[in-house]
Amino acid sequence: MINLHHYLVASAALFVIGFVGMVTRRNAILLLLSIEILFNAANLALVAASRYLGNLNGQILVFFSMTVAAAEVSVGLAIAILLVRHLKTLNADEVRLLKW
Amino acid sequence: MWTINKMFSIIGSHNFVIFFTTSGPHVEACFFYLFTTVMLVAAIGAVALRSPIYSLLSLLVSMFAVAALFVLLHAFFVAALQVLLYAGAILVLFLFVIMLLNLNQQELSRTRQHTLLVLGVGAGLVLLSVLVPILRLTAAAPAPDTPGTITAIGRLLFTQYLLPFEVTSLLLLAAIVGAVVLAKRRIDT
Repeated sequence: MINLHHYLVASAALFVIGFVGMVTRRNAILLLLSIEILFNAANLALVAASRYLGNLNGQILVFFSMTVAAAEVSVGLAIAILLVRHLKTLNADEVRLLKW
Repeated sequence: MWTINKMFSIIGSHNFVIFFTTSGPHVEACFFYLFTTVMLVAAIGAVALRSPIYSLLSLLVSMFAVAALFVLLHAFFVAALQVLLYAGAILVLFLFVIMLLNLNQQELSRTRQHTLLVLGVGAGLVLLSVLVPILRLTAAAPAPDTPGTITAIGRLLFTQYLLPFEVTSLLLLAAIVGAVVLAKRRIDT
């Protein structure tokens, strides 16, 4: 029988994969892609909780989270285009404009 | 003829999915493990593959598996949103930008560093070993089935959550303006 904790553990595994991607990849676009994996892990946990607790508020929250993800990606990709245009790189280690 | 009509009437409604997911705990478990495996393997591919296009397509597979898990959880509206919004809009936006930037091979080859990889995977394993024992403690009482159809979600969205829903439009407007202002070419420089 599949219970709530099965879904939560699957969501945690997905979250950890996205986290490892965030930490290890240095390409700015791949960083945004890892953030999408993190969003998906959170959405999965929310929907699973919504199903097993028997109310729909979690699914409404997933709707808002998807909207925020769409807004974040559009601005983030615009920033990635700016990085390539001005600094000629997508490597996040080479973007040091705010270091001091 | 009767059976075909009956079959279409089952497929046409979401009863089809409910029929599958409630036809036995074993069937549900099989589908759960299948989709979870696909989701995790494709996500690992998205993180580990070297070419951004390949990672993007791998992430697409992972998103579809997540949508299938949503259907398994009877969240039909969210599953449709997942396919339309993530697979249809967000990943296509990623694809546009990757093809627009047209990164050369030399740029791609220095995206990975060895110590960073070891440290990152180690930190991920520590995080997983902390999360899993905690999450395994959750035991939810079996709740009555409330399928997340468009009717149910829409009713909730336009009554109880009307204000956040309208504020969302403001957020999207700000994102559109921000993206256009950031990405447009300066004419005077």
